[in-house]
Amino acid sequence: MFRKLSPPVLLLLPALIVLTAVVLLPLLLSLYSSFTPFRLTRPATLWIWIGFRNYERILSDWVFWAAFLRTIVLLTIALNLEMLFGLGLALLVNKATRGKRVLRTIMMFPMMFSPVLVGFQFKFMFNDNVGLVNNALQSLGLTDQAIPWLIDGNLALFAIVVAEVWSSTSVFAILILAGLLAMPQEPVEASKVDGCTPWQTFRYVTLPYVMPFAYIAMTIRSLDIARAYDIVKIMTDGGPARRTELIWTLVGRTAYSDAQMGLANAMAYVSILLSILFTIYFFRKLAAARTQIGAEW
Amino acid sequence: MAQVSLKKLVKSYGAVQVVQGIDLDVADGEFIALVGPSGCGKSTTLRMIAGLESISDGAVEIGGTVVNDLPPRDRNISMVFQSYALYPHMTVRENMGFSLKIAKQPQSEIDRQVNEASAILGLEALMDRRPAQLSGGQRQRVAMGRAIVRHPEVFLFDEPLSNLDAKLRTQMRTEIKKLHAKVQSTVIYVTHDQVEAMTLADRIVIMRDGHIEQVGTPDEVFKRPASRFVAGFIGSPPMNIEEATIRDGQMVFRNGDSLPLPAQFAGAVTESQKVVFGLRPDDIFPSGHGLSSGGAGMIHEAELPVSITEPLGNETLVFVEFAGREWVSRMLNPHALRPGERIAMSFDFSQAHLFSAETGKSLARPVKD
Repeated sequence: MFRKLSPPVLLLLPALIVLTAVVLLPLLLSLYSSFTPFRLTRPATLWIWIGFRNYERILSDWVFWAAFLRTIVLLTIALNLEMLFGLGLALLVNKATRGKRVLRTIMMFPMMFSPVLVGFQFKFMFNDNVGLVNNALQSLGLTDQAIPWLIDGNLALFAIVVAEVWSSTSVFAILILAGLLAMPQEPVEASKVDGCTPWQTFRYVTLPYVMPFAYIAMTIRSLDIARAYDIVKIMTDGGPARRTELIWTLVGRTAYSDAQMGLANAMAYVSILLSILFTIYFFRKLAAARTQIGAEW
Repeated sequence: MAQVSLKKLVKSYGAVQVVQGIDLDVADGEFIALVGPSGCGKSTTLRMIAGLESISDGAVEIGGTVVNDLPPRDRNISMVFQSYALYPHMTVRENMGFSLKIAKQPQSEIDRQVNEASAILGLEALMDRRPAQLSGGQRQRVAMGRAIVRHPEVFLFDEPLSNLDAKLRTQMRTEIKKLHAKVQSTVIYVTHDQVEAMTLADRIVIMRDGHIEQVGTPDEVFKRPASRFVAGFIGSPPMNIEEATIRDGQMVFRNGDSLPLPAQFAGAVTESQKVVFGLRPDDIFPSGHGLSSGGAGMIHEAELPVSITEPLGNETLVFVEFAGREWVSRMLNPHALRPGERIAMSFDFSQAHLFSAETGKSLARPVKD
């Protein structure tokens, strides 16, 4: 039977079979299940077709929209902070006359910890009774009350942002540092001769040069944060009262705690759109920045 | 417009002195070339004038003011870099107008200056391109444009033509010369190419190992090199240089061959002194095929074997064997020569150079102007 197939098709067949089995079929199955009221506890429900009812339900559900928007807010705040801190760190390390390699390695330490452990550590640090943060604030006399970091909704989101920024600023720092190290020095010198103050040199010469590197970091990190789950799950589990619920904690809860797999899959497909949009956006920015600096990579 | 003075200028990296106390006065509007082999400290000197390199000792004065501690932006200079150093994210127009924009000039003034500079350099058609879309020669022109829009007091050029191919280099050399004639600013031009230095500069500063070997007009450094180093460095093909010992009014070379001591050095040497004899290829020629510049009595003739010839069309470089090495000679109105053929060669001793083997300094009497 293989005789009839042309050699290219025949040669690609093993790969196609494997990809179909592990990627395409599960994808189609999950897409299909998002059109059913599938519950893990009642397998027979997989065979009931309900059309777009799951989608209608989530798109009209404020809990979903709140999680969706909260994810975007978290993404925006965290990315901007990481960008700023990362740029600052990279500039500082780049100024170091010796020990750059050591500093670079130290800078990567936060990336070496599992997000789950980071979550536990920050959960402890922000604990209102025994946490380090409150302890420090009270010892310094800045407050005499225990601040309910993980209990107040806004503060909890803030605490999560802090944990995210702490663990991932180095992604920006490393990539921007790579850009700074690769940067030719002559344009910088030319700008000094052209009359620039150090700030103007940074603003008009250095920054445009490192922006493509920052956009690469943003693309990577936007996908990271858009699927943020572990840190939030550990620190607040979406609480208090869903005030820190993000898309994926909501999807996880719907799928496994509530066992509504069909509904959860529908949410997942909507949120994947978000990731795709961010990726397209940042790659556009990257392409524009690359043409701008005339990069040949 | 300003004169530039270097006073005992020193640059050291740790214990290593790369510039060892240079004194130099550049007049207002003068075109000075710093030339020397790589590592001689010429670029470092230029970068100290620009303010891109700190000054270890001594002083740089621009227009009578000591600028040692002024940042580059306050020195009123422009610099053209070897790698052009254009801003990759700006168009040609933005690159050229950048310094004026930083100086907060009104847009109309920036446009006027940029248009004027682009007209001088023939860049009008390229104004909206980015550096990546330009050829090497065009980038070089933009770099010059960026330098002239500011109307600086001093132009600094750091080997601006060394990344260009030979033809373009010649062309840009002419443009730089025209540009200087037009803007009349003081120019300090660093190059390792002695031809560039000779063709462009009013005066040439020949540097070696962090100090100045000689300062002079192209004519001076060519005709009256102060040292063996300058003699070997300036001129192409290079001067024939060979060590000899003085014996009975003869220069005896290491392999035993000898030449009579040129008459003008008779009083300058002592018996058995070690000297270095030098004669340019132009001043050795197959008899009847040269420019005879000296008096008739100054021509020494010898019959020598030809080892190889390099025809250049209007002239041929003839390599002849003498004193254990090959001597380059220039043959005008050439005809074909066979390797191994013995021909009559003329040595024009009126143009001969003699240096002390010990100090490397010229033994010629200083010329009184």
